[in-house]
Amino acid sequence: MKKKIDFLFAGVGGQGTILVSNILAEVGKSCGYDVKKSEVHGMSQRGGAVESHVRWGEKVYAPVVEEGGADYLMAFEMLEAARWPHYLAPGSIAIINRHRVMPPSVNLGKEKYPEEKEIESILTGAGGQVTWVEGAAKALELGNMALAGVVLLGALSARLDEPVEAWTKAVEDLVPAKFKELNVKAFLAGREMATGN
Amino acid sequence: MKKIMSGNEAFAYGAYLAGIKVGAAYPGTPSTEIMDNFSKYPGVYAEWSANEKVAFDVGAGAAYAGGRALVAMKHVGMNVASEVLFYTSYTGMKGGLVVINADDPGMHSSQNEQDNRHYARFAKVPMLEPADSEEAKQSVKAALEISESFDTPVVVRTTTRLSHSLSIVEMEEPVAEAPAESVAYERNASKYVMVPAYARGRHPVIEERLKKLAEFAETTPLNRIEPGDDQIGIITSGVVYQYAREVFPNATFLKLGMVYPLPDGLIRELAGRVKQVVVIEELDPFIEEHVRLLGIQTRGKDVFSNIGEFSPGRIRRFAQEAGLIPGSNQSTVTMPQLPGRPPMLCPGCGHRGLFYALQRLNVAAFGDIGCYTLGAAPPLSAMHTCGCMGASIGVIQGVDRVGVKDRTVAVIGDSTFFHSGVAPLISLKYNNSSSTVIVVDNRITAMTGHQENPGSGKTLQGADTPVIKIDELARSIGFNKVDVINPYEFRTVVDTIKDHVQSEESSLIVAQYPCVLNIREKKPALVVDVEKCNECGNCIRIGCSPITKVEGGISINAELCIGCGFCATICSQGAIGPQNKEGGTD
Repeated sequence: MKKKIDFLFAGVGGQGTILVSNILAEVGKSCGYDVKKSEVHGMSQRGGAVESHVRWGEKVYAPVVEEGGADYLMAFEMLEAARWPHYLAPGSIAIINRHRVMPPSVNLGKEKYPEEKEIESILTGAGGQVTWVEGAAKALELGNMALAGVVLLGALSARLDEPVEAWTKAVEDLVPAKFKELNVKAFLAGREMATGN
Repeated sequence: MKKIMSGNEAFAYGAYLAGIKVGAAYPGTPSTEIMDNFSKYPGVYAEWSANEKVAFDVGAGAAYAGGRALVAMKHVGMNVASEVLFYTSYTGMKGGLVVINADDPGMHSSQNEQDNRHYARFAKVPMLEPADSEEAKQSVKAALEISESFDTPVVVRTTTRLSHSLSIVEMEEPVAEAPAESVAYERNASKYVMVPAYARGRHPVIEERLKKLAEFAETTPLNRIEPGDDQIGIITSGVVYQYAREVFPNATFLKLGMVYPLPDGLIRELAGRVKQVVVIEELDPFIEEHVRLLGIQTRGKDVFSNIGEFSPGRIRRFAQEAGLIPGSNQSTVTMPQLPGRPPMLCPGCGHRGLFYALQRLNVAAFGDIGCYTLGAAPPLSAMHTCGCMGASIGVIQGVDRVGVKDRTVAVIGDSTFFHSGVAPLISLKYNNSSSTVIVVDNRITAMTGHQENPGSGKTLQGADTPVIKIDELARSIGFNKVDVINPYEFRTVVDTIKDHVQSEESSLIVAQYPCVLNIREKKPALVVDVEKCNECGNCIRIGCSPITKVEGGISINAELCIGCGFCATICSQGAIGPQNKEGGTD
């Protein structure tokens, strides 16, 4: 009997949450889980807030995570992490990319971008533990900001029991062929960052 | 073998497996990926038609000729195409005709949340509704079989959540088919020519067909009772079935895979098994009203809202409030007040130049549907109506005929123009209008994810095709005043708009620049010279996401900036430009 694991991805349109959540779904399938996944395309591509739900389990009905049910929150952007406290399950883990993308109201000077400590307390107040990951910094070091999500995925993988080969194979199968090696490198870097903590 | 597929991918796969040879659609979220994916299978013909009605006519023709055909569109696309639904309902067709229609509860990317199940009853055609990707795959084959046995088009209803959710699909061998033999087109006027005399003959046939379909609904495996306890019996369909399964794990279910016509016998059987019938359906009480007509008491829209998209959490809260399940819905988590993040025009988008000019000229702009509708959002706030595809040109004609003291323009995208802007443009010219139409032309259907259109020079399946030029088209129908401009050239844009709105004759401006997201344009990011910047705020007012107000000035995020240079054009101090060696701007 496979236990249920619910993942929620949050980010900004264009950050690649769909690809990374597809990889996670593939890992679940290859490890024998029933998997479902949900997201909405369209308007959200244009720099808006995006979310993606991935569910692993023996039998999964709904493709979306229920409020209070997410075991992991994968946030590609800091402000976007703070929007989801009501989805966190008790003892859940929020893995957050230390990276800010300013929303329009902040650009215009009308609102303030929340402090790191505020974001952390919003999530811990809802029963989550927060892990910050230098995904953006690592991605830039590897030469491409788009790799940050895979770095985050590496950090997530270190907390789950599935073998590393299942993860690297799913990364290789789903990223564009010419970026395979770079993505595996970014994934392993994320995994190492998490185990090193 | 198994594969993870979205609902839309599974529809396309199911269509391929079932031997569909002709597919036609117009892109529209959440239906776009159906035809996108179908077009890639071997041996199929697939096209982006100019609009949904044309797509449906193409499907009808293919089916008349004996081929199996697939048509796909979003819910409001059916409004455009519905005339075809009604005539094909009367004529029937030789080959199977499947129409996949995607509703958008929650309005993730639409102007309304109409419930298209009503179209099935309205046009007297059967409608199926799958609940996950595996069922989506199977539904196309089932729909074709119904279409061919009952001589009717069949609508398969999906919703945004089903279309864009991924689940596991079993891979199959496609039907091995002998190559179709070309036969003469079957002439049968009384069946296919819907003049009144013949149509009168068809109506009784359609009523008889509906009765037979209702009998079929009782026995098809698409509808099934899933036994559970005798307390609550739930009638539901589509992805809502999955949510209800989570909230009511022990209930008895009538899961409907066919939502029109409804199986009266199965509904009665369920009601006989349980103490309380509950209908859970998104949007309108379509099933519930039918259950009530059978004289069966049920809970429904008194518990579950007719507004917005459902989720397991929302269904649980409704059910708790109504006392159908124990528990309270009090969440202990207080939601923080955070800055919102609405979608915006992309960094470097050519539309920005046009909307900034319209804003500066204080023009009232009557708009249309596409990325450029984001021109209505602050800080540009430069579009003032948006209703449906192609509305802008008719609307401005009405506004201008009443007369307002503002300068006025219609703004419409290239794909929207080809979809439903051509007839209104002809109407404008024919009626001696003095209105100005601006086509914001980025050479692609951008909003739905960059599909080719009659202006892009390529078909869906990658063939070269002549580019239809909007300026030439306008000239050919009698427009004398036509200008093609680059929206980044601010001075020209302002002067051209001023010139056109003053003109006594109807006129057309094509503001043309390819979608930067599609051509992946990226020049070096610009920087702000803090010595020169006087914080006038012009650059902030163009609403470009890399440009941020910071303490002591303005900053441009080099990761996001694509170096289009528009902010430099409108900077009052010449403080924005490419970075020079000293870290300032030249």
